[in-house]
Amino acid sequence: MTVKEFLTTLSLAPGVSGFEDPVAAIVERAWSDLGCEVRRDNLGNVIALRRGTRPTGTRRLKVMLAAHLDEVGLIVTRIDRDGFLRFAGVQRPDFRQLLGKEVTVHGRRELPGVIGHPPPHLLSAEDSRKLPEPEDLFIDAGLTVAEAAELVAVGDPVTFRSGVWELKNGLLAGKALDDRSGVAALHQCLQELERSHPAADVYAVATVQEEVGLRGAVAGTYGVDPDLAIAVDVGYGDTPGVPEHLTWPPGKGPVIAVGGNVHPILHRDLIALARELDIPYQVEAIPGPTGTDAWAMQVARTGVPTALLSIPCRYMHSAVETIALADVTRSGRLLARFVCDRDLSYLEELAWK
Amino acid sequence: MEVNGGDRLRELLFRLCDARSVSGDEGEVRDILRQELNGDVRTDTLGNLLVRRPDPAGSPEPVRVMLAAHQDEVGFMVTRIEKDGRLRFAVVGGIDPRVLPGLAVLVGADRIPGVIGVGPPHLLEPGAKPPVPRAEELLIDVGCSSREDAERSFKVGDYAVFATRAREIGSGLVMAKALDDRAGCAVLVEVLRGEYPGVELHGAFTVQEELGLRGARVAAHAIAPQVGVALEGTICADGPAREEPHWVTRVGAGPALSLMDRTSIANPALLDMLQGAARADGIPFQLRRSAMGGNDAGAMSRALEGAATASVSVPCRYLHGPASVASLADMAAAVRLMNAFLRELSRTGFRSRP
Repeated sequence: MTVKEFLTTLSLAPGVSGFEDPVAAIVERAWSDLGCEVRRDNLGNVIALRRGTRPTGTRRLKVMLAAHLDEVGLIVTRIDRDGFLRFAGVQRPDFRQLLGKEVTVHGRRELPGVIGHPPPHLLSAEDSRKLPEPEDLFIDAGLTVAEAAELVAVGDPVTFRSGVWELKNGLLAGKALDDRSGVAALHQCLQELERSHPAADVYAVATVQEEVGLRGAVAGTYGVDPDLAIAVDVGYGDTPGVPEHLTWPPGKGPVIAVGGNVHPILHRDLIALARELDIPYQVEAIPGPTGTDAWAMQVARTGVPTALLSIPCRYMHSAVETIALADVTRSGRLLARFVCDRDLSYLEELAWK
Repeated sequence: MEVNGGDRLRELLFRLCDARSVSGDEGEVRDILRQELNGDVRTDTLGNLLVRRPDPAGSPEPVRVMLAAHQDEVGFMVTRIEKDGRLRFAVVGGIDPRVLPGLAVLVGADRIPGVIGVGPPHLLEPGAKPPVPRAEELLIDVGCSSREDAERSFKVGDYAVFATRAREIGSGLVMAKALDDRAGCAVLVEVLRGEYPGVELHGAFTVQEELGLRGARVAAHAIAPQVGVALEGTICADGPAREEPHWVTRVGAGPALSLMDRTSIANPALLDMLQGAARADGIPFQLRRSAMGGNDAGAMSRALEGAATASVSVPCRYLHGPASVASLADMAAAVRLMNAFLRELSRTGFRSRP
């Protein structure tokens, strides 16, 4: 399967925070097929181990690569009059992007529906300049009260429904590319490692519940207990109306973060390797919280040297998140070569002098 | 028979809804309709598709009836290709700008995908209500990196449509773009299959309704109807966000008969005849409880020396949005109602006052 096919499959799969099983199952199977030892931990993280080759029988360098499985979505809170469904955001929803969106309610079966809105004929110009209030919002899955009672339960997750759209110049748009793009980059990395037999033990971890507070990464990093860790997430793509200095254009390479969350030697060496491999990259300075799994991984147990790669993504947390496929494969390649080049001796370089 | 008729109606409706037919660019819907229709079919100067069914009884003075359903839908037009390769657009017809952020659209005859996005919610001012983007501030991202790049595939004047695919939801409902007025088009195709002695029946699939009933105006001038009925997809706000008196119509309660809207007042004799025919045949119907909106009945009523007009509409939730919802049973009932009404007209002839 190509990275594009894999990412398309991942994007279409449901996996709202706390309800990641459907997409986790796909990743579990794919990484088993790549010859990894795969397990799920108590929170639901998918942890794949590709064992290193050297030295046999002794301790090897443990590298953890992480990208999150969960996507932003909604949850059913009530079955209302006439079978309409009320909902809340699993994360705080973006009220600018709800009206008229197609959704899938994951009830006893997948139920297509739409978030309702009044026709413009009944709105004043002023009305359509106001954000909808929570009481205005409901999902119409075309169900009668009886059907809704049978097919839907309070607590059922709801995903946005979108195709995966291939735009010009290798850009891909769809839901949940935050952070299925990162998961696809890990997949690309594991594929490359199949051929290259690294010395280090590589743990690819598809984490759960990132969007609600990096929870999967907390448990996952504890479980793996890595010597160093690299998170792959998405970064803000260039978007009109957003200050240019806060964004990175898709297609110009992964963004290598620098700041308190990132070990300076890892940052230096990722850049050096990108240059050596002629992989285009961008640099983002993040003085404080990165809002990614890297933030949790760094402070697991007694601390972990951590780095962060971001795939530029326009329109983050929408049904049309847009990334460049090339940035995904570049991230995967960079990670693969990075772990291939390293063994236990690298820890001396990472130690503070 | 009913089941097969229902399947045929749904199949045609889905094809019509998925076709791209923004006001001023109605070719795709016209092509589908032309394939569905036989006999005396012509396309006029503006693009209206006009079907004439002579009186099968050959009466010396048949009632001349015009049934109108519009081919066009609301959508977008590319107005400018920006330096960064994104497409600036204008909204064609009335679309609530709040449905636009996070939407996929298909641009041009080749249906090239593009997306309308906004900045990440992470960067909004915490605690403050973010501004609602105006349509003029939004752009279609087609993945192009520069104006030159975009000009290879796009041009100013390209039309775009919602990227929604028609599908069934729940039991017996359809979710699709452009149910306004592909629902009416599908109903009209079915009605034109019937035979109505004493009636010279004209089916007009009109253009540019959403721009101000412009197609119907010239079609009515050519047809000179005594009786005009608009077959529409109409507003419906029966969701839990509104109290019952403000629903306008209700999905599943049968076709809606208009009393008045911004463009016309229904002829009382026609309204009586429609309700009588529905009651006699046990066909469900409802009255449309709003004076907002307007449709081709407005243009027909004002053509030449005027025509008696009415509107028979399929209630559509989320009208003019990316995914509207209607009931196939309401559509089938609209077909039956029009059959019954035209037969009644055959029997009694028409007087413009009760």
